[in-house]
Amino acid sequence: MISNTDQSTQSPTPSSNLPDVIDADTGNTEFQFITFSIGSEDYGVDILAVREIIAWSSVTHLPNTKDYVRGVINLRGSILPVFDLRCRFGMGLTEATGTHVIIIVTVKGRLIGILADSVSQILMINESEISGVPESGLLVDQEYLGGFATSDTRMVALLDVECLFDPNILIESIEEARSAEMKVEESENSETEAPR
Amino acid sequence: MAKNKKSSRQLEKFRATFFEECADRLGELEDILDALNDADKNTQAEMLDALFRSVHSIKGGAGAFDFITIVDLSQALEAALDHVRAGKVSLSKNVIGIIIEGRDLLAETVESEKSGKIIDTDKVLQLSEELSSLGNVMGPKTPTGTGPDVSKRPDTELPPTELKHYSIKFKPTARLFEAANDPLLLIRELRELGSLKTSIDTRQLPPLTKLNPLESYLMWTFELAGNMSVDDIKEVFEFVDDACALRIEQVDSDSNEGNNDNGDLTQTNTSEPSKAAPSSSPPTPAQPPTTVAKNVQPPATTSTAQKITSVRVDLDRIDTLVNMVGELVITQAMMEQYAAADNHLEADGFQRGVETMSSHMRDLQDSVMAVRMQPVKTVFSRMPRLARELSRKLGKKVNLVLKGEDTEVDKTIIELLADPLTHMIRNSLDHGIELPDVRTSAGKPAEAEIVLSADQRSGRIIIEVVDDGAGINRDRVFSKAVEQGIVAPDAALKPDEIDDLIFAPGFSTAEEVTDVSGRGVGMDVVRRSVQDLGGRVSVTSTPGQGAKFLMALPLTLAVMDGMIVKVGREKFILPLAIIIESLQPSKGEVETVMDRGRLIKHRGEFVPLISLATLFNDHSGISDPSEGLVVFVETGLGNILGLIVDKLLGQNQVVIKSLEENFLRIEGVSAATILGDGRVALILDVDGIENMVLPGRGLMPKNRRANLLQNEVSL
Repeated sequence: MISNTDQSTQSPTPSSNLPDVIDADTGNTEFQFITFSIGSEDYGVDILAVREIIAWSSVTHLPNTKDYVRGVINLRGSILPVFDLRCRFGMGLTEATGTHVIIIVTVKGRLIGILADSVSQILMINESEISGVPESGLLVDQEYLGGFATSDTRMVALLDVECLFDPNILIESIEEARSAEMKVEESENSETEAPR
Repeated sequence: MAKNKKSSRQLEKFRATFFEECADRLGELEDILDALNDADKNTQAEMLDALFRSVHSIKGGAGAFDFITIVDLSQALEAALDHVRAGKVSLSKNVIGIIIEGRDLLAETVESEKSGKIIDTDKVLQLSEELSSLGNVMGPKTPTGTGPDVSKRPDTELPPTELKHYSIKFKPTARLFEAANDPLLLIRELRELGSLKTSIDTRQLPPLTKLNPLESYLMWTFELAGNMSVDDIKEVFEFVDDACALRIEQVDSDSNEGNNDNGDLTQTNTSEPSKAAPSSSPPTPAQPPTTVAKNVQPPATTSTAQKITSVRVDLDRIDTLVNMVGELVITQAMMEQYAAADNHLEADGFQRGVETMSSHMRDLQDSVMAVRMQPVKTVFSRMPRLARELSRKLGKKVNLVLKGEDTEVDKTIIELLADPLTHMIRNSLDHGIELPDVRTSAGKPAEAEIVLSADQRSGRIIIEVVDDGAGINRDRVFSKAVEQGIVAPDAALKPDEIDDLIFAPGFSTAEEVTDVSGRGVGMDVVRRSVQDLGGRVSVTSTPGQGAKFLMALPLTLAVMDGMIVKVGREKFILPLAIIIESLQPSKGEVETVMDRGRLIKHRGEFVPLISLATLFNDHSGISDPSEGLVVFVETGLGNILGLIVDKLLGQNQVVIKSLEENFLRIEGVSAATILGDGRVALILDVDGIENMVLPGRGLMPKNRRANLLQNEVSL
């Protein structure tokens, strides 16, 4: 199925490896997306934003962040955060194994890792083939979607990473944990106090 | 087209070099001008020459790039310096003030050319006139003046009507062009002296195919007529005289002015009609002091805005680096050999190789760090000016003493040091130092003293600003802080806690906003920027006797000695410098106090006990101190905290990596590093931890994180 799609997508511009191509006939812009799967859902990110794809390796947990911030990894000397999109969209934490991948995207000069189950393909679609965001359906917050595309029979949700990882949105991933911590600390204090 | 592109790129490169050069020269000017007032006569003469050279270099470079404003202004500055050098104008404070103003404007002009900003040309014009007319304004005074210079002059003075004719032969060598000098500029300058006839001798010019573009083939012959002296002509060539063959001959009679006479640089008023041209404007003797006062702001803004992109490094240090790399290569070859040998006997050799290599690595690291080290002089030298100008503005008398200017710090820190230091000096002057009559009535000398010192102590740089002013007025600080809602009216604060309130965000005691200080963005900004550098700042004050600000900063932002500690699943780094000791307490040593959490006795005092596992929400970690270890650390405010960790894993030098580069700041974490196994470990920020557990004690803005984010977004 996938190979089928590859052929069909590659045939219009066989020699070109430019990601965005203006179709001479229609004047429409073509986009390339890297699609990946999380559970049963397919997502796509603009290929220009993707820097590289690496296999999952253990992360260093960051204190007092939301669950979907899996932690930070070392990518050849740069320290970058890894986000669990499954968890981000409310589908629970990913049980990451060696077969999972981290897609590294560049967003406004930042490097950010997206944890995904697997990478599917490179999807080449025409601007006109991107449909608007439907009113309901997916668990993804609609503001982070750039649109939908169809690859074969499957629906691919095109992520707007610029928006998803906007610094103002990122700030939400840090928990105001202080008050909660203090309570824990206090309750523990009373525990330690009890035996004395 | 491609060629065009290349040459424009090259030009761009030269431009960048020019601006760097300008920054250096302007810095030199500033340094010299600062010292000029206090120097004795002989050194003053040398300094004037140095000033002249610097201005001239800027002018030369600017001419090559057609930066006309810079050329004009430096020309005016040169003219002014010339008058001073000739002894026509005595070096009064006023004159120095005008020259300083000229330098500042020159700096501004250079900056505007660099960034493409538009500069107020009227201001340039006005100051240029003022500078050039310096000689004329003061001119009439000099004959009645009593300097030895005056008596010396008449013998070189010439009757203005007599025209002299000179024949000048000028053959530049290749070196002249290497030094980026342009004969055209020299010729233009000659033309300004009088009527000039130029002929060029191109006989030595080889055919194009044989031409070496780096060689110089041309020779000029000039016939110059006017009432100038040989020295005037020589002066034109002053900066190229070691890079050209030059012969100056006076054609008509009067040959007593030999051309090998190098000593005297005196000039006459009449000898440069063109330079004095703008002097037609009426002399404005009242102007200088007011404009000087007006101009207090620009130097601070221009100097902080510029970002250093290149460093000057001692050749020795580079040699050391190269040697070290050589050693490493040898060690690597040695290890390769051992690794290739398939018998196990070589394992010993391999081990030795690793040892040698790691020792070389450490040396290499130190040497690379040394390259980035710069003396604090570069920022310190800006302060005397600031102090002088501010004290004049405020009507206070201050003597700023600098100490330890040669202390070396990482250049990134130097760059970021300028702002906090400016604020601190400003604060001391504005709030600390009293007016002279107040001081005398308090039995203190009218002239106050501010000592700015730098010192290196145990891996940190300590910068102190000590003044002998009034100290912090605690009643006023406290009532202001209550008024501004920073502390509760019924808060019982210790004296040093009150002193610390001046660092609180938004705190300001100024009754009205002045342009010196009082905007409420003062000391809290200092504290924040120092903390962002991984340092701390504190104040101790004795009412009536003065205040002492102490800044402790890391020597470098790149590498740190750290202790690796284990908390639950993760490893964290604690900066070694802040660790006091670690111990495993028995249960009885821990006290629990209502509202204040757990406390532990440390050297006779109870200090807060913090479980990192609980703080970081990691329940796999130990939170009972008797099961784990307690590490005592000192926070930036000098408080001691006991941190509960699972265990210590050992000490290591770690490379500091930013967490904010790709993500955001995490409370309680200052940065991250990469451990030997390639995994990331977080470096703990004890000041942040103190603030998380005991909010308010550190008096850090609660919205600090939001501020940080805003800064980042605006970037």
